[in-house]
Amino acid sequence: MATAHTATHSASANDHHDDHEHHDNFITKYIFTTDHKMIGKQFLVTGIFWAIIGGLLSIIFRLQLGFPDMELYWLKPILGGWIDDAGKLDPNFYLALVTMHGTIMVFFVLTAGLSGTFSNFLIPLQIGARDMASGFMNMLSYWFFFLSGVVMFISLFIETGPASGGWVVYPPLSALEQAMPGSGLGMTMWLVAMTFFIASSLLGGINYITTVINLRTKGMSFSRLPLTIWAFFLTAVIGLLSFPVLFSAALLLVFDRSFGTSFYLSDIYIGGEALPNTGGSPVLYQHLFWFLGHPEVYIVLLPALGITSEIISVNSRKPIFGYKAMIISMLGITILSFIVWAHHMFVSGMNPFLGSIFMFLTLIIAIPSAVKVFNYLTTLWRGNLIFTPGMLFSIGLVSFFISGGLTGIFLGNSAIDIQLHDTYFVVAHFHLVMGSASFFGLMAGVYHWFPKMFGRMMDARLGYIHFWLTFIGVYMVFFPMHYIGIAGFPRRYYSWTNFEFSNMYTDLNMFVSVAAIITFGAQLIFLFNFFYSMYRGRVASLNPWRANTLEWTTPLHPKHGNWPGEIPTVYRWPYDYSKPGAADDFIPQTVPLSATPESNLPHEQELVKLEKAIIADEEDVLVANVSKES
Amino acid sequence: MYGFLIVVGILLLISIIWMVYKIQSLVSVVKGSDKKVASGSNKVNAFMFVLFLLGTGGLMFWYSIKEFDNYNLPLASEHGVATDQLFWITMAVTGVIFIITHILLFWFPYKYQYNEDRKAAFYPDNNKLEVIWTVVPAIVLALLVIGGWKAWSDITRPAPENAHVVELMGYQFAWEVRYPGMDNVLGANDYRLTNASNVSGIDFSDRNSHDDFNSPVVVIPKGEPVLFRIRARDVLHSVFAPHMRLKMDAVPGMPTKFWFVATKTTEEMRAELNDPEFEYEIACTEVCGRGHFSMRRVINVVEPAEYRKWLADQKPYIVNNPALVENLSPEMKELAEITISEHK
Repeated sequence: MATAHTATHSASANDHHDDHEHHDNFITKYIFTTDHKMIGKQFLVTGIFWAIIGGLLSIIFRLQLGFPDMELYWLKPILGGWIDDAGKLDPNFYLALVTMHGTIMVFFVLTAGLSGTFSNFLIPLQIGARDMASGFMNMLSYWFFFLSGVVMFISLFIETGPASGGWVVYPPLSALEQAMPGSGLGMTMWLVAMTFFIASSLLGGINYITTVINLRTKGMSFSRLPLTIWAFFLTAVIGLLSFPVLFSAALLLVFDRSFGTSFYLSDIYIGGEALPNTGGSPVLYQHLFWFLGHPEVYIVLLPALGITSEIISVNSRKPIFGYKAMIISMLGITILSFIVWAHHMFVSGMNPFLGSIFMFLTLIIAIPSAVKVFNYLTTLWRGNLIFTPGMLFSIGLVSFFISGGLTGIFLGNSAIDIQLHDTYFVVAHFHLVMGSASFFGLMAGVYHWFPKMFGRMMDARLGYIHFWLTFIGVYMVFFPMHYIGIAGFPRRYYSWTNFEFSNMYTDLNMFVSVAAIITFGAQLIFLFNFFYSMYRGRVASLNPWRANTLEWTTPLHPKHGNWPGEIPTVYRWPYDYSKPGAADDFIPQTVPLSATPESNLPHEQELVKLEKAIIADEEDVLVANVSKES
Repeated sequence: MYGFLIVVGILLLISIIWMVYKIQSLVSVVKGSDKKVASGSNKVNAFMFVLFLLGTGGLMFWYSIKEFDNYNLPLASEHGVATDQLFWITMAVTGVIFIITHILLFWFPYKYQYNEDRKAAFYPDNNKLEVIWTVVPAIVLALLVIGGWKAWSDITRPAPENAHVVELMGYQFAWEVRYPGMDNVLGANDYRLTNASNVSGIDFSDRNSHDDFNSPVVVIPKGEPVLFRIRARDVLHSVFAPHMRLKMDAVPGMPTKFWFVATKTTEEMRAELNDPEFEYEIACTEVCGRGHFSMRRVINVVEPAEYRKWLADQKPYIVNNPALVENLSPEMKELAEITISEHK
């Protein structure tokens, strides 16, 4: 019923001004909206806000690492007491910066900002649905995220500082207020914020899964889903299974912090007193945390890979190579992501036999990843490549995925990990494979779907400049960290001059910091391009990239409900690019096979009959509808 | 001054961006290139990929070769030979893949850049290829894993019985280094006994603790197995001895261990590196609070004979501070006093 209602409504309101349409006011349209497209944009803008905050925090600690002698008085207006009288950054606050940078980037930017934006925006549009299965839950998902952000943001400004024990917040450091100031109120707020965040992720994830399973349009079988949707779907499954475990880890931590339990605490003497806790195990927390923590890597990465698959295919004017292999490898990654977590804990003191098991499992996960890379390369091979900014960022992603993925083979090997664990090698590894790759996926997605989001084009040349500065910049920031890591420089160090083995590379660290500042500065180009184009960009055509997927069959500014009339039916997979015999180099999913006899493959020719029956069926329904209305 | 400069810089940047943006959008309208599928920028971008490949590739090789001695830490342990070898084998394997895939990734954009007259190949799948690039990486990875697994089980197997025991206890923000003394058995400890004069919470009612002593430096013999018994008193720490290729977390409530054999004395390493100041070091690699970056201890590797001499010279805790045994039972106290008198 709702379907028919929206359909007729939008169709008749096409020529009217927005005011006469719906009963939307500002609040229901832009704030408490249940339209998946607006919710996606809310996630995007909030994600961008957090990316700026997270980036700025990293710039501050990069100043400390690159220019340890610099006087930071000029930061006093913002940081106040965290800059001491000598103009130096407080070491406790340094740890707070590192922690908040990690938390914000992993959860707020690359989970909410990436999945939240594109799963919301694209799932209904690409599978042919009016909206998410539950618009209300979807709205709650955003507002829980918002609430989480508010709590986290406030924690940045409290006197004892935000949580500071690293983004993994290992107890006992995070459990004991005596251990560091950030483990007081800041940590409490971190836990509260993460609880809201987990609720948000679960509400979103349930919606994504339900929507993909139940609301696909006619003809949109799972084997015709764009890889983006496969990626979002599997991401949501991973999130649904792993976030509750983080919640349990956090809950037990709350108990240890506030109610005197000893889940993670044992035999502790701190601040001049022996605590009564015995029998707990800090390693238990690590197991629980990484049971989310590792899948989280794929929660962050899979959507980016899905987006990239779509964009590379569109702009290579070529079907994605090995569609089925791509799906199988994503399924493989999904399953394997749950059984590799302890490779973060090779030297945590856990039984070394477990270490060997997890080493085997970990290196297995490299295989589906390798398959994906080879498939991307083969997709580019003999393509007809158009370098839109989205395409550039997608190629950049593949590069980061290779560079960072290969160093994972070192770290997944427990014998090699002994030396490299918790050094800058790890920092380089995950910033490339998870951080930068996912960030590039996010950027690629924004450039590619901006015309669908706002009906206007982003400026391509600013996009090129943004890409090249960022691409080169990211490598200049993270590639040198491999050398620093091989040399043994530990992570989360305020300064390295206390040790002889690490009392070097001041030049390289300075270089990294400068590169980081330039790269961050380059993002201003994007910000300008994004907000300016939103209002003043060139008006987009309906299908600017000449792509096959369903979202490009909607009007320029789709209303709530997406399609003014019936939802289009799907007749083919989304990757019929440059099909031999076809006049154009793309055939949208809505074009029936029977309409393209010249380009059909032998097995498709057989499907035509089946299809004709379906079309006839549909026409009957249409006729019935029309007569009902008149 | 800084603030002013930054504001000026930002304004300048913004105005430059604005100008570039305005000029190029006008140019593109005049040229009509905004209507084309792929404008001239396509060529530029395609070329940039090749340039990027050559530029950064060159930079990587140049820096990797030039800095080799800097980032390649000197090695001084037996198991480190195996892990270093694995590291460099993995580096060779992944390095080749890294270079080949990147050459393809950046050369394809140049080679297959958009051309109106050409149509992309419709090449949706090839099961044979998929099988090849599933099986080949699987075999390569299996080989690497087996190598790693062998080394790992070797490193983590129980320490030989004659290993010299050293206890490293992490606390905010230092390491307490405790030796078991002549009996090579550490005395029992209980965290509730910890106080200012008994940093490690040693239970002196255990006879084994009477000859335990502490040291500001970790002294170990060359060529003989050494077992680090590692624990923490307050939060997580991690013992990292970079030259020994050794790392193990220190966990409150759960003692851990790591054994190894040092292969070069400090003196030998100094001679080899031509650096009279050189020291083996221990650092903390698990974030533990404000002083995380300053938990330094020096490891002094000496010849076995020198080690034995040093060991004999050390004074147990209870000799340095007889007050530690004051509250013991009379029999224990007597035993303790015998030990004290032996060392005087």
